[in-house]
Amino acid sequence: MKFKALIITLFASSIFLATIIGIWTIMATLQGLNFTSLNFNFNLLLSFGLTFISIFIGNKFNNLLKIFILSLLFTFLYTFLNENSPLWFTAGIFLLILFFTNKLKKYDLKYLNQDFIFEKIVFEFLSLFAIIFFALVILFPFYIMFVTSLKTQTALLINPLDLSIDFSKNIFEIFKSYFVIFKTYDFGRYILTSSYVSIGTVLITLLFSIPAAYAIARLNFFGKTFLSTSILIIYMFPAIVLVIPLYTVFSQLGLRNSLEGLLIVYTATTLPVAIYMLQGYFRSIPKEIEEAGLIDGQNWFGIIIKIIIPLSLPAIASVSLYVFMIAWNEFLFSLMFLDNPKSFTLSRAINHLTGDAETPRQYLMAGSVVVTLPILLIFVYFEKYLVSGLTTGSVKG
Amino acid sequence: MSTALSKIEKRTAYTLLLPAVCLVFAIILFPIFANVWISFKEVGLKDIRIPEPRAKKIVKNIQNNNSELKIIYKLRNSSLIQDIREVKFSDKFPKNIKPINLDKRCEFKSQKIKCIFGNWEAGYRENFEIIIKDKNNSAINSQKIKSNVPDLNGKSDNILLTTEFTLKNFKNVFFNNNFSELLMTTFYFTFFGTFGAILLGIFAAQLVNQKFYGRSFMRSILLFPYVGPVVALAYTWTLLLDPNSGTINSLLVSYGIIEKPINLLGQKYLIFNFLGFEFKLRLALTTVIFFEIWRYFPLAFLFILARLQAIPKDLYEAADVDGAGPFRKFFYITLPQITAILSILFMIRFIWNFNKFEDIFLLTGGASGTLTLPISVYQQGFAISNIGMGSAVSIVIVLLLISFMIIYFRLIGKRANEI
Repeated sequence: MKFKALIITLFASSIFLATIIGIWTIMATLQGLNFTSLNFNFNLLLSFGLTFISIFIGNKFNNLLKIFILSLLFTFLYTFLNENSPLWFTAGIFLLILFFTNKLKKYDLKYLNQDFIFEKIVFEFLSLFAIIFFALVILFPFYIMFVTSLKTQTALLINPLDLSIDFSKNIFEIFKSYFVIFKTYDFGRYILTSSYVSIGTVLITLLFSIPAAYAIARLNFFGKTFLSTSILIIYMFPAIVLVIPLYTVFSQLGLRNSLEGLLIVYTATTLPVAIYMLQGYFRSIPKEIEEAGLIDGQNWFGIIIKIIIPLSLPAIASVSLYVFMIAWNEFLFSLMFLDNPKSFTLSRAINHLTGDAETPRQYLMAGSVVVTLPILLIFVYFEKYLVSGLTTGSVKG
Repeated sequence: MSTALSKIEKRTAYTLLLPAVCLVFAIILFPIFANVWISFKEVGLKDIRIPEPRAKKIVKNIQNNNSELKIIYKLRNSSLIQDIREVKFSDKFPKNIKPINLDKRCEFKSQKIKCIFGNWEAGYRENFEIIIKDKNNSAINSQKIKSNVPDLNGKSDNILLTTEFTLKNFKNVFFNNNFSELLMTTFYFTFFGTFGAILLGIFAAQLVNQKFYGRSFMRSILLFPYVGPVVALAYTWTLLLDPNSGTINSLLVSYGIIEKPINLLGQKYLIFNFLGFEFKLRLALTTVIFFEIWRYFPLAFLFILARLQAIPKDLYEAADVDGAGPFRKFFYITLPQITAILSILFMIRFIWNFNKFEDIFLLTGGASGTLTLPISVYQQGFAISNIGMGSAVSIVIVLLLISFMIIYFRLIGKRANEI
């Protein structure tokens, strides 16, 4: 048991260290350092040795001292045996090894004697791998998006791996593509259009969905069960099957290229989910409060305005954020209905940029950052509400 | 008393529901039915513009005589395909102004020229001229004349409203366009996209359900791919995967892992040898599926995490007492607890991935073997400009969708409300 645990620890941890060193090397390559090989096997061997020593020393020394000395030692070994690399790269390696030996500090021969230690070790390292994997896979594209927007097309064509930012330039030079897209490509206007459409959609959706959701949650009428089941079914129909008839009708009515047309369509497509989410919340409000309101002489309108809305603000917030996100990110309808640059939304404008093969990619990425950043900021700030909206609404997406 | 109250209640309910129901009916249900109508017609993109009579007004001065003006109306039928019947024209003039050479199709009454032009065939054009004169021989303000816009109207057939039907579109969809391959691609994409997203979602949820430093940060960034706009993310990935100067290809080449760049989004097949057998991988389709998984696993993650956090803790404590390790706990407690949600999730995500349009459209545009049904709607309707065909494909999608929904409600519909 102990032997098996020792072997698996050695293998798992050395693969882990070699992987994080590999990722660090890749990141360094993207800063313009010229590495021609990941040296994975070599790193694996080094990590193997490090883990071995760390486990056998165990707790015989002061922990802090052990971690420090081991990391320094192995960083020197690594730099000595490797190609010449700048100081910051070595410092990074040192920090990684420090982090790694710190993780390993609880592993000694005694620890490996526990029950189920084999599974525990595998689980622990799988989690570590998963953290690194998810963080890398998700953040890397966003990183590339941002960094590319600060480069120039020619620099990228000469060396696609050099994504470093030249901090010796002044700030206008660094953020030049942002100034260009706002000046020549009129992105200021598109931001306004997108905000107008998204906020408008949120307001109209709320205006229509709150009364409807209240009726479904509270009132008795003929066809109630039919209506509440059909909401979900209607919600399942995708935009792509609506697009051709809407396009023809909108063309004949002259609603194409008008933001009002877009507003109507966005509202209609988000209404079912908004009603679904709100009626669920309205049902959780105690009926007695409304009855008290009725006795006080309120009519339905007064009850909705004075009782229901103030009590369900959290649900309204999550519906609003969810609808805002859908409207802000929407692409298909804006592609179909807008072909006049004057009425473009941000998504459509970025798509329009790619239509011209001459457009340098840093402008495209700067545009992408401009459309992504607001929604990510809103998400991070209001995460609680948006997550509850997403969980209820995630039947769609 | 109670019946009166319930009547009021009913009436209130219908009033409150009316706006929402009307809107949903007009924008969602009506188009679905309209698709059926259009799919039985031979309609192109250019046919859907209703032909209208148009006139462009040009005002010209006449030499040495500023009390007279020449007006040219450039008349035309906006459509090159359809006729317009009973075209009528009218234009207004200021006081004291009178036309001198009036066409016989027209008459002048109370400062208005009214003409009846009759039928205009498709592509009809005419330059219609009149000369106007001031009664008092004083100068005419040409700006004022110009500012009046002539009014035209006529009758024409709306090709969408005629009652000629054809089965040609459906015949084309099923027999001429490699329908089986289209269907197979769609199902590959849908199935593997859904399966992969749920698998990744399980891993992510299991990860975030543990305690570790930076857990809430991890939880936020896990949702980034879904929250970010498709357009931005799809173009970023296109750039990353670009064969000429994309980051991933350049990295792989510079580390010597591959010899020459692979066009991950533009190459239909990747042929490779494994254990002596030759395998053919749908490369572009696989890449698109991976993008799909990357973008939509957060939804599966959210759902599964919510369920994981609701599993009672004492189940795990009991397992500890019985001496079960982490893997046994996962396979014998966690997994059985989440199977219900996984099956619901699979059905719902399957339906949604089946309809996915934007992702594939932005990455490949349906080229190199990534043509799915939704992309086909766009291609037929707007790239080939055959609205009827596009609608026919939409109908196929709707029918398949309805059958999925029936399966869904038969299998797990009753349980869906419990979760």
